[in-house]
Amino acid sequence: MDTIFFIAAIILTFAVFVVPKQFQYFWSLLLQVSIVIISSFWAIQSLFLSSDTLIRAFMPFMGSTLFIEIDKLSAFFILVVNFTVLTGIIYAKGYLRPYFITKNKAEMALHFFSFLWLQISMLLVLMFRDALAFLIAWELMALSSFFLVIFESEKKDTIKIGIQYLIQMHIGLVFIMSAFIWAYVQTGAAFSFDGLNIYFASHNPFGLFFLFFVGFGIKAGFIPLHSWLPHAHPAAPSHVSGVMSGVMIKMGIYGILRVLTYIHHDLFYIGLLILTISLISGVLGVILAIVQHDVKKLLAYHSIENIGIIGIGIGLGVIGLAVNIPAMTVLGFAGAILHILNHSLFKSLLFYTAGSVYQQTHTRNIELLGGLIKKMPKTALFFLLGALAICGLPPFNGFISEFLIYSGIFKSLQPGDLFTDVILLISFTGLAIIGGLAIFCFTKVFSIIFLGSPRSNKTEHATEVENTMITPNFLIGFMIIAVGFFPALFMGPLANVVGLFSNDAASIQQMIPVLNNISISSGIFIALIGVIWILRAWQQKKQTVKHDATWGCAYTGANPALHQYTATSFADNIVQLVNPVVNVKKEFNGFDEKEVFPEERAFKTHSSDTIEDNLIIKPTGKILAWLKEIAVFQTGKIQHYLLYALVFLIGIFLLTLLNWI
Amino acid sequence: MLSLLLILLSALFFPGIIAKVKAKIGGRKMPSVFQPLFDVVRLFKKGAIYSPVTSFIFRIAPVVYFASVLVALLFIPLGGQKGILSFNGDFVFFAYLLAIGKFMLIISAMDTGSGFEGMGANREALYSMLVEPAFFILMGSLALFTGIVSFNNLYSVMHISTNLSYITGVAAIYVLMYIAMVENSRLPVDDPKTHLELTMVHEVMILDNSGFDLALMHIASGLKFAIYGTLISNFIIYTTWSIYVQIISFFLVQSLFAAVVGILESFRARNKMEKNPQWMLMLTAIAVVTFLTTLIITQKIFLN
Repeated sequence: MDTIFFIAAIILTFAVFVVPKQFQYFWSLLLQVSIVIISSFWAIQSLFLSSDTLIRAFMPFMGSTLFIEIDKLSAFFILVVNFTVLTGIIYAKGYLRPYFITKNKAEMALHFFSFLWLQISMLLVLMFRDALAFLIAWELMALSSFFLVIFESEKKDTIKIGIQYLIQMHIGLVFIMSAFIWAYVQTGAAFSFDGLNIYFASHNPFGLFFLFFVGFGIKAGFIPLHSWLPHAHPAAPSHVSGVMSGVMIKMGIYGILRVLTYIHHDLFYIGLLILTISLISGVLGVILAIVQHDVKKLLAYHSIENIGIIGIGIGLGVIGLAVNIPAMTVLGFAGAILHILNHSLFKSLLFYTAGSVYQQTHTRNIELLGGLIKKMPKTALFFLLGALAICGLPPFNGFISEFLIYSGIFKSLQPGDLFTDVILLISFTGLAIIGGLAIFCFTKVFSIIFLGSPRSNKTEHATEVENTMITPNFLIGFMIIAVGFFPALFMGPLANVVGLFSNDAASIQQMIPVLNNISISSGIFIALIGVIWILRAWQQKKQTVKHDATWGCAYTGANPALHQYTATSFADNIVQLVNPVVNVKKEFNGFDEKEVFPEERAFKTHSSDTIEDNLIIKPTGKILAWLKEIAVFQTGKIQHYLLYALVFLIGIFLLTLLNWI
Repeated sequence: MLSLLLILLSALFFPGIIAKVKAKIGGRKMPSVFQPLFDVVRLFKKGAIYSPVTSFIFRIAPVVYFASVLVALLFIPLGGQKGILSFNGDFVFFAYLLAIGKFMLIISAMDTGSGFEGMGANREALYSMLVEPAFFILMGSLALFTGIVSFNNLYSVMHISTNLSYITGVAAIYVLMYIAMVENSRLPVDDPKTHLELTMVHEVMILDNSGFDLALMHIASGLKFAIYGTLISNFIIYTTWSIYVQIISFFLVQSLFAAVVGILESFRARNKMEKNPQWMLMLTAIAVVTFLTTLIITQKIFLN
């Protein structure tokens, strides 16, 4: 019965093309909510109520019945997807308002249709176990997100970025497909995830896992497979970026986790691979984020960083399995899985608030912003909340997941052997560096956008955004605070998911007293802030409080717009340390000795992603140059082409004559 | 509770001792040990001036900063006395709690829209980022050594184990002392007595704070010193000593630490600004050496 509703909702998505333009939004909202309700119902049933996998017959497929199967892992992801998609569609109402005027009915319909299908395909990816159905759903996910990315197709770069995105997604698809086919050919078992079980039981898992890891890693955005992320996220509308960054890239993580559930031996090098790539992603992601001026590009690099943190958790979990340290396994996986939820929360919050800023100022370049906290106070506070959470600061949710990973690491130091300890040392040092850099980055971006004086006239007409764009922020903010202050509540379901990977998942319960202590400490912290704030108010009531200009070293002629720190200058001292990675180049003509009256000077800096440069841009550039040289054959003269045909025929003739083919 | 009171008490005269030592060495007349305290009291009696550029952030930040240091204080044990809050992994909470205070301090400096304060904010962000790994590696070494991941029992277990713990202890004291210097914006990273905005780090961040807010910052600074001083003295004070001996030796160690800070500040020149990152990486390197030493002590690395 519930399946019929689900299928009906999927079919009804096509109706979005025929409903009148003013109802398109409500139609999609209605369908979205129905799909959310049905799938969440299943997920809750599977995650909380029953201990079995929930199985429903979905449709006839390739001569047999296609089932949807929801186990704890799928259920957890379904809930995360649903929550983020729901906030996304609520936010979209206000965000898309200007576009309803400029875009025609078909364009809007396509957008809503793709948004619906992004959700549906993500859910199907999580539900299908059959490899072919999974790959189809995976492909639908790439296509629908492609149409969402190219929504603002009137902009010059958007189509180019969209195509680049599509190509990279398909490279990923090829890897996943080859992995499935390889397992299928080797074992002859079912062409499905369950078939992998048989392959992994009898073969060394590393090679096949590596194929899966590359395929899923492109979606997840691990460095060096990340180069689509910093382009696609800024190009997409903000509610789409929020959903893509919040949950779509997590489908890659889901894939990796799903494959890992089938591997039970020779896990050490798999764990080491995941951990190494994740540490690189984490540290480089945040370093690259620091030099960005485009706020959405910056957030995209932070997604890479957070995928890195998730990966560190998973990697440690897998290594823990291999070296048989339960604390490391359980807490590593628990931290990673909780961080999946956490990142979906604060990253979508950050993208929505950044989108609100973009809508009001029409620029994503933070160097042109400033002082917006006075004009958009709610947006500013929500951005601050997201920033504090993403930096992993207590008492917010990001801290909890990082704390779980840290706990796993520190508890495993003594039982571990030398090699494990060195791995752990590098891991927690990496986490600490990532944390510090994230604070550096978010103090920069928050203060440049929202604090100080405006840096250009872009902010002149900014006002607080409409309430529908604030509502999702409240929902997300509520969740962030819920996880941050009452983490113990989330440990039950978390243990259920971790149970797929470890037999000791029940030991998560041992963390509950610790987490309760964290709740108490956070409570004391907030209460102290309140008390001191009241004391301060009481003290200031008795004293005179004056307002006067900022201290400018007794120089009063300063231009408030120019004589303050910019994003470039803020990032400068870190750039000096990490320049090989970020490639910041400064363009400035020095002064000539003879130049008595200096002319006006321009100063420019720009950065690029070294990994993208060397891995994507340089090789493709070389191939293009090579192809251009080959183009000498393309003369455009029919005589030449006939000659080529003749040469070809003679060649074939000679080869057959000599028995070479 | 006793530990909290003792640490608070030591925080009262900590800045005073530093000032006294510096004055003595500098050949000046010594101020009273309580002079910094009187300054704070005076600030509490004053009104405040706010720049019209600033927002709510600028007003709440000192409060959050102060609260974060105060809560961090609750985690610190003293000798046999446990900290008020304690759980497994509390030093992670401790470090991140101090970080949220710093986060607010940095954005409050940026809130003033002043180029000078931006400079300080930016340096503070970089230095606190660079010093973080050293702290974690140090705590990691101790966790490796004792198998305990909470401030409370860490020290007691360390003291009753082998004499080799002295090696780790000495390295830990050294690293912690310099972390304290960085965290409190002291020499050789920052000079609290500098008179040029361009060369300041912490001082320039709080240029625009006044009255109550500034007082909070000053107290927080004293508290931070006391926190790190206590962490150091815990290496020296044995939990098996009688409580009175513990208290006396605690004050001795605290005073000694303050005196050492004063002496260092009198004789040492400040690092060149661009040398600071290297200097802090050196701290991390020493922490890594400590970790490796601990690996040897715990016989995970075999030396033939």
